[in-house]
Amino acid sequence: MEQPYAIEMLNITKRFPGIVANDNITLQLKKGEIHALLGENGAGKSTLMSVLFGLYRPEEGVIKKDGQIVEIKDPNDANALGIGMVHQHFKLVECFSVLDNIIMGMEPCKHGFLQKAEAREKVMALSDKYGLSVDPDALVEDITVGMQQRTEILKMLYRENEILIFDEPTAVLTPQEIDELMQIMRGLAAEGKSILFISHKLNEIMSVADRCSVLRKGKYIGTVNIADTSREELSRMMVGRDVEFKVRKADAKPADTILKVENLTVASKVHSNNAVKGVSFEARAGEIVCIAGIDGNGQTELVYGITGLEPVKSGKVTLCGKDITSAPIRQRSIMGMSHIPEDRHKHGMVLDYSLEYNLVLQRYFEPEFVNKAGFLKRSAIRAYAERLIKQFDVRSGQGPVTTARSMSGGNQQKAIVAREMDKETKLLIAVQPTRGLDIGAIEYIHKQIVAQRDAGKAVLLVSLELDEVMALADRILVMYEGEIVGELDPKTTSVEELGLYMAGAKREEAK
Amino acid sequence: MKKEKTPLMRRSGFQTLLASLACILIGLLIGYIALLIINPAGANEAISTILKNFLTYSKPKTQLKYLGNTLVKTAPLLMCSLSVLFAYKAGLFNIGAAGQYVVGAGASLYLALGLGMPWYVCLIAAIAAGALLGAIPGLLKAYRNVNEVISCIMLNWISLYSVNILLNKVKEPTSPYTYVLSNTNSDAIIPSLGLSKLFSKNQYVTIAIPMAVLVAVLIWVILEKTKLGYELKATGFNKNAAKYCGMKEKKNLVLTMSISGALAGMGAGMFFLTGFEQWSCTQSAVPAMGFNGIAAAFLGGLNPIGVIFSSYFIQHITNGGAYVDKTMYSAQISDFVSAIIIYLCGFVFFFKYAYSNWLSRKDEKKNANASDSQEGGDAE
Repeated sequence: MEQPYAIEMLNITKRFPGIVANDNITLQLKKGEIHALLGENGAGKSTLMSVLFGLYRPEEGVIKKDGQIVEIKDPNDANALGIGMVHQHFKLVECFSVLDNIIMGMEPCKHGFLQKAEAREKVMALSDKYGLSVDPDALVEDITVGMQQRTEILKMLYRENEILIFDEPTAVLTPQEIDELMQIMRGLAAEGKSILFISHKLNEIMSVADRCSVLRKGKYIGTVNIADTSREELSRMMVGRDVEFKVRKADAKPADTILKVENLTVASKVHSNNAVKGVSFEARAGEIVCIAGIDGNGQTELVYGITGLEPVKSGKVTLCGKDITSAPIRQRSIMGMSHIPEDRHKHGMVLDYSLEYNLVLQRYFEPEFVNKAGFLKRSAIRAYAERLIKQFDVRSGQGPVTTARSMSGGNQQKAIVAREMDKETKLLIAVQPTRGLDIGAIEYIHKQIVAQRDAGKAVLLVSLELDEVMALADRILVMYEGEIVGELDPKTTSVEELGLYMAGAKREEAK
Repeated sequence: MKKEKTPLMRRSGFQTLLASLACILIGLLIGYIALLIINPAGANEAISTILKNFLTYSKPKTQLKYLGNTLVKTAPLLMCSLSVLFAYKAGLFNIGAAGQYVVGAGASLYLALGLGMPWYVCLIAAIAAGALLGAIPGLLKAYRNVNEVISCIMLNWISLYSVNILLNKVKEPTSPYTYVLSNTNSDAIIPSLGLSKLFSKNQYVTIAIPMAVLVAVLIWVILEKTKLGYELKATGFNKNAAKYCGMKEKKNLVLTMSISGALAGMGAGMFFLTGFEQWSCTQSAVPAMGFNGIAAAFLGGLNPIGVIFSSYFIQHITNGGAYVDKTMYSAQISDFVSAIIIYLCGFVFFFKYAYSNWLSRKDEKKNANASDSQEGGDAE
């Protein structure tokens, strides 16, 4: 009898100090199927994969390959068993060619000399067979993200891996590229490869997977056939309750211009050309202006330029009628600019400070929190922190004195949101405010952003998530290679149209 | 929300203390083994002599007098370790404490011996000189992103030779040493206010010692209670976040290094203005005081109160080393053994981390067992 499962992880339990990351989890991957692994952040998906790759040893449970118990002590063992993974952040050598990246570590050699022609043949054969078009001689740094991903997939195929794991593969792709990837995945499965697709995007799972296993808070919730389930059921399994997908909001009532950006140019830290090239737009009170675009098209630098984290090269930024192009960051903040930064660990928090100290990070210098002699008013800080914690439902082990580092990502983000929203602000700049958060927290933060708009603040939202853009924006500006290539109305545009702008295939020439 | 008191074993302070003690023990053990290897016959006696320090004298009066000597040298060490600690809290490694100490010595001695100034002027000059020298790597770091470790090390040597040249003007004609302070300008000696009487009339015991302890408390207050401390520590923990929330990180950087330098400079003033030692104008090595400050800072768990004790301990064994039997061991043995112990002091945070991890693992096992047995109980 043929063994139907390519790989089985049975009753895996992995404990870390303080938490059980995987509690009796079973995952069975059939041959030739696309199996989705669904779970919120912190549900234990990464831990489970690390166990499969031998990075962690489970306390309990066994792993079976084709019905035989195997022991995986390190990633080399996993590789020998034919398990390969495309990581969310690609592991490619930027200044090497596509071919070199694919064969790296498995270079065919004769007498110490590389046999590249042989390798090239093999790679091109694979590329044809699975429809993975790549240019083998292009340098990785010059090719699109989509092609980089195809390079990663070819890397696995070149190693003759049978079990392919995709870790959140769509996060960096345009809608069109996502469709392409789905096609590739179906093709691979049809050729008998077994695919494990890690994601928290329900639409993609519904469209491509055969079965789906759901984890929640380290526990195994169940495995369902996609044909017999619905988006709603999956989300209920993942979150443990019903989730509202739509953000309810009234029409925007834009009032005075709050932020005006004129011809802004910002240098790039990594490339010689500018990251932001002559961008102009406005954001008015009572509207949510959303900057959409694929990661790395200048959104980060645009925000740095507006908030003062990086100096601008040329152009002008005006806040409430005052030129702030070269104003210090503190002054911008006092004038009414709030900033939920893209990277909460790099900019948003002092992780080794307590929660209460983090909550006053933008206000500690105000007379409310510091006396004339320069001493901090500890009780005022405590009281303020307790109010914010209650109001924004920030959860932590020990309340205000919890070290920020020990809090979950979602609650760290909530703390930042609380701090930035509670300030007297006119402009809220939110950069990927829901990155890495679970559905419950996303729902909450979306509501808060709409509430800020309704309270008459201007909101500049930068997001890579199309669903978020479509749900929240009153106006969408699409950024491509440092320029704004289109302004769209979310009511009349479609995800597909947005995708064309994001990929640079379409642009408003008048602009 | 339950408000439990953190158990003693889990408190960070307690863990640091345990780790510090472990370092001391291991350091002593390795020192002892080294003594055994060099000369097995004298090892027992030598290690106990190092630990006993002034207690090797039988008379309580003599003991007190030599305790005084250790304390006189503890004050500058404490100041240097505060200097290192203060910069470290703001994310800077002030290896230049040694150089700042040197210019502090140069400024105070020159004003005392060359210009005949009273002690408080000399002390202020030492503070100012240290602050100025500290500001240089601070400025370089802030505006030119020069690594402070490198600029500090180079400044250490520049300071040493500059001070040698300067103090050549106030040195005795027949020896490389500067004039004896009490003969030349007794006004420049820090007053004792009766403290020397407590230590069997040890004339070198002055108010410098309680002053150093006061400064330690002051540093603790600044770091823990003030807006300045909040900013400096935020910058040290995460300079990107400090910039994000509009702290003037460049200004704070220079300020931190200046204060840090001032502390080391003040330490030199506190020591040389007692007249305990004369400056040798031919010395070609930067005095170890500033470097030992690094060890003391870490042994004290980077806590301003903790370093009061760690500074004393390090000075205690350094002084104790001087009593080791020189017929059995070479003259360098005291420095050698104390260097081993001081070296081990750098491992405090390693031990703390290991201990804390071990504790967590133990807890986890206990919890796992507890929940298992509980489940079993439910089933019945």
